Amino acid sequence: MSGAVAAAGYATGVGEGGPASKRIIVGYGFWIFLLSDIVMFSALFAAYSVLSGATAGGPAPRQIVNLDTVALETGCLLASSFAGGMASLAVARRSALWTQVALLVTGLLGLAFLLQELREFVGLINRGDGPDRSAFLSAFFTLVGCHGLHVTAGLLWLGTMMAQVLAKGFRRDVLHRLLCFTLFWHALDIIWVAIFTMVYLIGATS
Amino acid sequence: MLGKLSWQAIPLDQPIPLVAAAIVGLALAGALIWVTVKGYVPYLWREWITSVDHKRIGVMYCLLALVMLLRGFIDALMMRSQQALAFHAPGFLPPVHYDQIFSAHGTIMILFMAMPFMIGLMNFAVPLQLGVRDVAFPTLNSVSFWLTAAGALLLNISLVVGEFARTGWLPYPPLSELRYSPGVGVDYYLWAVQISGVGTLMAGINMVTTILKMRARGMSYMRMPIFCWTSLASSLLIVAAFPILTATLAMLTLDRYLGFHFFTNEAGGNPMMFMNLIWAWGHPEVYILILPAFGVFSEVIATFSGKPLFGYRSMVAATMAICILSFLVWLHHFFTMGAGGDVNGFFGVMTMIIAVPTGVKIFNWLFTLYGGRVRFTASLLWALGFMVTFVIGGMTGVLLAVPPADFLLHNSLFLVAHFHNVIIGGVLFGAFAGYGYWFPKAFGFTLDEGLGKAAFAFWFTGFYVAFMPLYVLGLLGMTRRLQHYDNPEWRVWLLMAGVGALLILCGIGLQVAQLAVSIRTRDRRRDVTGDPWDGRTLEWSTASPPPSFNFAVLPQVRGEDAYWAMKRARRAGEASAEAPRYEPIEAPRNNPTGFVAAFFAVVIGFSMIWHIWWLVLLGLAGFYATFVVFAWRDVEDTEISAAEAARIDAANLAARGEVRSLAGPA
Repeated sequence: MSGAVAAAGYATGVGEGGPASKRIIVGYGFWIFLLSDIVMFSALFAAYSVLSGATAGGPAPRQIVNLDTVALETGCLLASSFAGGMASLAVARRSALWTQVALLVTGLLGLAFLLQELREFVGLINRGDGPDRSAFLSAFFTLVGCHGLHVTAGLLWLGTMMAQVLAKGFRRDVLHRLLCFTLFWHALDIIWVAIFTMVYLIGATS
Repeated sequence: MLGKLSWQAIPLDQPIPLVAAAIVGLALAGALIWVTVKGYVPYLWREWITSVDHKRIGVMYCLLALVMLLRGFIDALMMRSQQALAFHAPGFLPPVHYDQIFSAHGTIMILFMAMPFMIGLMNFAVPLQLGVRDVAFPTLNSVSFWLTAAGALLLNISLVVGEFARTGWLPYPPLSELRYSPGVGVDYYLWAVQISGVGTLMAGINMVTTILKMRARGMSYMRMPIFCWTSLASSLLIVAAFPILTATLAMLTLDRYLGFHFFTNEAGGNPMMFMNLIWAWGHPEVYILILPAFGVFSEVIATFSGKPLFGYRSMVAATMAICILSFLVWLHHFFTMGAGGDVNGFFGVMTMIIAVPTGVKIFNWLFTLYGGRVRFTASLLWALGFMVTFVIGGMTGVLLAVPPADFLLHNSLFLVAHFHNVIIGGVLFGAFAGYGYWFPKAFGFTLDEGLGKAAFAFWFTGFYVAFMPLYVLGLLGMTRRLQHYDNPEWRVWLLMAGVGALLILCGIGLQVAQLAVSIRTRDRRRDVTGDPWDGRTLEWSTASPPPSFNFAVLPQVRGEDAYWAMKRARRAGEASAEAPRYEPIEAPRNNPTGFVAAFFAVVIGFSMIWHIWWLVLLGLAGFYATFVVFAWRDVEDTEISAAEAARIDAANLAARGEVRSLAGPA
């Protein structure tokens, strides 16, 4: 598609401008995927809202939320996203070393987030408040856990990307994938902000 | 070691599934042996299984749909014969088997027949109509197809290993919960639909990106062929609705596997939330199916009337209006839930409003035909049959949209008649119209018109004989999914419906014959010009079958009906005689990522169904490794030289007796 020439007045990929460049197409397609992922989360959010009162004699949201640990978790995730942004800058300057460093920090902070979430989950399950306790807890574990699963998949992807940068350098397709990865990582932040608000903040005050 | 899987899973005591499975197995083995003996395996692997060409993938989607149509239709015949026999009698299908058949019939027909058929047509035609060389993500396209095929395979494995769901095509809890459905049937449903659903979601993302970001120069939105518009609307619905299905099925899966309480009766679970969620996907889903069919009819009617589509802009507006409205009606599937008069009233009105843009479309098609030089090809007959049938189905739909009426008709055969009326009369007729219309483009020869028209005649009459009695039965109070009955009033209508199914069987037989005869006589039905129907859109401006890169020189579009305008300019002698300027073409390389990923998806699905946990982990590792290997490849594209492109194009231009003149500056 690189041979496409824009018609007068239009950039490629817009109006009469002809096909867009590969980079635009990849980024655009990935945005569409992210939107679909957010739709999936919205179904989980809806289920959580419907079931958040269905405690069946088990603990209510207020009783399982610990805002201190959640604040720390959130800090880790947001800092991880910041490091991801630094990685993008390093990629833009084609600095392999700083890209790797920034990606490593991104990954470690993500891992720290994940471990804290896991500890919260294990603590609840050991207390007998696992997802099979009540419909509310089912929805809680699914919504928060689905985000955690995304973070896990993101970490796997991140490791693969670091290896690709090492082995293949800043090749065109590697650059495209790095772009998509950072989009993904930031989207997980957006979803986390919604979880933080709906589950933890509202839960702690209800 | 093997989880719940043991020899007891094979239903040795039930002859019907066993014989059916044996026949399918023999047919498969026969086909495999034939392919191997003839030495076609390397060709199939190289040119089809690993293909990332949107046309090949589109053809494979349609082929999958046709095979699954046969499977789903056999289920239909069994149900019709059971109900014909089971008056004061047990019939030949015990309830445990009958329930699996109607569940499999619905699941197959919607998710593994209609969906692949529509996505196949979209895949094949949209990039050609847009004047581009492929979809946005060719390898992802292959992954999508093979995941759909993986789902279909899992569903068919349930025929012989274990059982299928007995819960209907949508597994309503609490019936589908572990307590009431302890077997593996629902698990087969969940994993088959989940895996194919992910494939469909990826296909939707791919199609949206293709249409919004990859169009030939000059093709602004309001110059896109209407089929591209309806494909866009349908793909947008896929992107917005399928994630809800993924989430909903995941919740039911968690309920069944890990004791969660989303939809259970106890511990605060809420079964009605399943109905809301599943129909928030399910209603858009029916528009995902019908919108591309509307697009096919628009192309077919315009082409065979020799006129531009009447009211192109209103057609676009109606399509997008349906796209949005389809998300605002889901509750009409369960008015009887008891949400109250206000809620039911709102959804009833919204449902009726959808009839307005649909009506706009019907009038547009009528006015396109009016005053046209109409050629009554088989494809046009399907379109005409659709218009009559769909109007009837639409009107019964408006009846059902009235909540008080729905309280009487809910879950009756009136409902069954209604949705078959719109899905057969709309989606399936559209699929067949598109199949005949684009067949010469895909394979380079036309289908036999005589047999095609005969098939239409049988399908059309068969449909009315099979389904009009169901409206009557619904009004007589017969509910759906009855394995036996004792009301003598119903008998005659059920027998009539059985006759209708046999007429449809004749139609299908004629379609098989049409395909066989057309292949045998392909040499005298070659489409050498690439434009057998005097078409209007860009797919007809390239050879039949098109070269892998579709267009040697990307076309320049100057208005609606781009190819028609080119032909007119040429006839008027306005076209410049300038020779096209060829450039090297980058084409994506074929690769087996899709096939291998789908193989691991089947492994994951199957071992999840049977609780073989170590195999699940192995499958997941394989799935991940597949994509890492893909990411590691060093050569993305192959290059086709300018000389090669010129050579291939010259043959096409010579056959048309023309010099490509509107190629634009390359």
